[in-house]
Amino acid sequence: MESALQYLIVSVALFAIGVYGLIAKRNAIRLLFSIEIIANSAILNLVVFSRYLAVSNVTGRVFALFAIALLAAEAVVGLSLILAAYRIRKDIDVLEMREMRG
Amino acid sequence: MVEFAFIALTVMAISSAILALEAKEVVYGAISLAIMLMAMAGFFILLDAPFVAMFQIIVYVGAVAVLILFTVMLVRRDKWLKPPVSGLTVVGIITGLILASTFGLLLINSTLGSVVVSSGSVSFMLIGVELISEYWVALEVLALLLAVSLIGALTLAKIEEEDK
Repeated sequence: MESALQYLIVSVALFAIGVYGLIAKRNAIRLLFSIEIIANSAILNLVVFSRYLAVSNVTGRVFALFAIALLAAEAVVGLSLILAAYRIRKDIDVLEMREMRG
Repeated sequence: MVEFAFIALTVMAISSAILALEAKEVVYGAISLAIMLMAMAGFFILLDAPFVAMFQIIVYVGAVAVLILFTVMLVRRDKWLKPPVSGLTVVGIITGLILASTFGLLLINSTLGSVVVSSGSVSFMLIGVELISEYWVALEVLALLLAVSLIGALTLAKIEEEDK
């Protein structure tokens, strides 16, 4: 009964939740949460396909490791950007950040 | 047994992902995001990838979740306790449902349901050998990227409020 499909459905559900958060939320921290959720669904896809489809199934796992490390770097830079924005503006509402609007 | 673990992990991952976005206090959202990341590590164990699961727990639950928690406490404001209701919420829910149903129907109508497992668990040594021999350039670039992002984060965190 166990198949690749059930894991992919979970991944799709997490992806949809993340997209909803990206569109609907205004707090910059919540946007970072959404990005983390979307990225984790992508990593789940990598591991699933490395188990079910790949001929040499090491590659998908190695790519998953790379993706996790990249996301750690992304989270660090994103959090310090949020911190800098809070220091300057005393607010992290992304709809209020319109200095760069043309 | 595996089915039961899968169902439990699915419920845990989806509900804590929703809670991470919808909890009133952002601190609770951060904790629930950490629970969701642990559930993903559980999925990796079910998928015969214990090394990725360990990496996920060490890097995400150990480092990133704690970092997010501290940042949330630093930038906390009472304004977010009663979030403004806007049309964006409806747009977000509709977009998410459209995406989920489109991709879900595509997957169900594909032949992925009948794919069998190509091979079982791989040893940690194979992953290490692959990292060093096949992808050593990517590994070096990744190390450089981590160093640069650390320096960038320190520089950004030192920005003070501008004098006006």
